[in-house]
Amino acid sequence: MSDHHHDHDAPLPDTVLRVKALESLLTEKGLVDPAALDVLIDTYETRVGPRNGAKVVARAWVDDAYKKRLLEDATAAIAEFGFQGRQSEHMVVLENTAKVHNMVVCTLCSCYPWAVLGLPPVWYKSSPYRARAVIDPRGVLEEFGVALDEEVEIRVWDSTAEIRYLVLPQRPGGTEGMDEEALADLVTRDSMIGVGLAGSPGGV
Amino acid sequence: MSQSADLSELPSLPMDEDGPVFAEPWQAQAFAMTLELHRAGHFTWKEWAAHLSEEIGAAQARGDPDRGDTYYLHWLAALEKLVAEKGLTSAAELDTRKTEWDEAARHTPHGEPIELGKG
Repeated sequence: MSDHHHDHDAPLPDTVLRVKALESLLTEKGLVDPAALDVLIDTYETRVGPRNGAKVVARAWVDDAYKKRLLEDATAAIAEFGFQGRQSEHMVVLENTAKVHNMVVCTLCSCYPWAVLGLPPVWYKSSPYRARAVIDPRGVLEEFGVALDEEVEIRVWDSTAEIRYLVLPQRPGGTEGMDEEALADLVTRDSMIGVGLAGSPGGV
Repeated sequence: MSQSADLSELPSLPMDEDGPVFAEPWQAQAFAMTLELHRAGHFTWKEWAAHLSEEIGAAQARGDPDRGDTYYLHWLAALEKLVAEKGLTSAAELDTRKTEWDEAARHTPHGEPIELGKG
């Protein structure tokens, strides 16, 4: 755990508040359609921040020393890639194993590790996802096409504005000869939220 | 049909070969809101480009280093002014609402969605 204590009532940045004020007023007045806005913002999903989460995961797969550093101090290990921003502070990496599957929930854009993953998908922000992920994670995972063995423990992590979680998915089988770059292509956004698995080589 | 939003008419929009890029999520939200207001016909693209240019020009005159990291600050300020001029929402309304969001955020336990009217 971190040595620092962080107040959970940390204020939102001024710019975020101004954008929220504009968006909520314009929506209430019927001047912008929130659904159209969501669709538009969804198209920028991969256009925000450096989004180097897949590279972080691939390095952890090939480099045990890096993986150790990543699990001990994710913020510093991610910064080794040279894209440390104030938004990627206090990252915690959760390792999926044959026995434990981690998944992450939060409804707030600001609680999403967008610096490594880009913008959150619309479903991630929806309250049904958050509520159901906590009550019935196995059911939610099945809807995402992830069927886990009964024995696998599922841990659901609630992101906060101060701690953002990144899931380290299991390295897929049949990837022994692959280099870091090729491995990074197998790491999907969903696998780093914990609602998917990393892809198989040559698979879809 | 409103005329399309021509991004090339905007001064120094941060872009790569695939289109606009954003340093933080709020920037994408401000960008999307502007496009959506324009699409709905609340202002012309020419009006928007003029407001943004004016805001950037004024910032440069104040000594803004203009290295790109302040671009969306100018964008947001220009949008706030334009919606007020068009009578869509006033500066006072925006200010009140901003305070309400600030209060709501401070009173919302972590992990819960921030909603107005709490606390």
